[in-house]
Amino acid sequence: MASVTLSVNGKSVTRDVDARTLLVEFLREHMRLTGTHVGCDTTQCGCCTVHVNGEAMKSCTLLAVAVDGATITTIEGLAKGQDLHPMQAAFREHHGLQCGFCTPGMIMSAVDMVRRKGTDLDDKTIREELEGNICRCTGYHNIVKAIHYGAEAMGKAGTAAE
Amino acid sequence: MYPFNYHRPGTLADAVKLAGADEAKIMAGGMTLLPTMKQRLAAPSDIVDLNGLGLSGITVASGKVTIGAMTRHADVAGSAELQKAIPALAELAGMIGDPMVRHRGTIGGSVANDDPAADYPSACLALGATIVTNTREMSAEDFFVGLFETALQPGEIITKIIFPVPEKANYQKFRNPASRYAIVGVFVAKFASGVRVAVTGAGSGGVFRQNDFEAALSKDFSAKAIEGIAQSADSLNSDIHADAAYRAHLIGVMARRAVEAAR
Repeated sequence: MASVTLSVNGKSVTRDVDARTLLVEFLREHMRLTGTHVGCDTTQCGCCTVHVNGEAMKSCTLLAVAVDGATITTIEGLAKGQDLHPMQAAFREHHGLQCGFCTPGMIMSAVDMVRRKGTDLDDKTIREELEGNICRCTGYHNIVKAIHYGAEAMGKAGTAAE
Repeated sequence: MYPFNYHRPGTLADAVKLAGADEAKIMAGGMTLLPTMKQRLAAPSDIVDLNGLGLSGITVASGKVTIGAMTRHADVAGSAELQKAIPALAELAGMIGDPMVRHRGTIGGSVANDDPAADYPSACLALGATIVTNTREMSAEDFFVGLFETALQPGEIITKIIFPVPEKANYQKFRNPASRYAIVGVFVAKFASGVRVAVTGAGSGGVFRQNDFEAALSKDFSAKAIEGIAQSADSLNSDIHADAAYRAHLIGVMARRAVEAAR
């Protein structure tokens, strides 16, 4: 067993875990934060995307013990109380989902995309940057649209730099 | 995953000592190792995580670019200094995997793993890079031995890779439409001393140099110069994604595109 301390959505947590524990298992099973999903478990689908020290990573392909001390943001950490994050609001407004399974990963990737590429995103950039997120329902059209408007809204709300 | 002992040493000396254990595996970004362990294709007794060692960063000085082994793909792709010195190398790093993988995966890990469809080995070979470990320096030619096989000895750890700055270079990658790995990737580098061409994704023995293209391009650096040169399909991979003849054809196409795009 290894002791792992993480700051998750602003709260410090310490748990003794098996060294094999993946970050996504730490979040879902030890912290009961089940918004982060496991789709493929092979680093391809992006449903498990979270932010590690501010950068998007696939939590199914990280050992919890290897990110000991890191600051983690999950989908549960984006909204401020009852107010959805602008990217979440854009996904709702533009119907950027059908079954919703990939949505947490899509949104975490989208927020990271804005951090790296800014708030004025064209369709080509969005589609290229979504390389690591797979959706089996939508055909991506409304996801791309939601990210475009979500990024714009983040710029207006001043959340892009967060 | 099978159980293992996890170590995150704080010094290179400790890492070397731990990595020398019989069934130990070195982990850099873990973007290949962890999926392999999850499928139980690898069962190391010990994981030696290099993330506590630093070993990252990019410096450009006197015609050479030095990249620390633990530098993430995203940092190689995003380096303004590298984009100026060897834009082809920065662009190559931006084509690896996806944004999330690029935030974690490292150049040292990719080079040490020597996946026959990986991108970096072609850049190392075409640019004539030097691979520096805790004990020695090796040319890329000596370093890459075969499929997933390098000259690294047990417990030997890559610390940095040194790339000579070419006059111009470019990397062209024909992606598998599903996995996005290179079916064929060609890196062309033009130096005052001549042109070097390295091919990844295609060779049944891993990354290799295309000597006929090199000779022709050294005389005349134009796509036309290699138009009539046939790439043999012998010793190229055939699989469900592409047969050897198709890969041979693609090597020519990708090489010509790289020459045209070189800067």
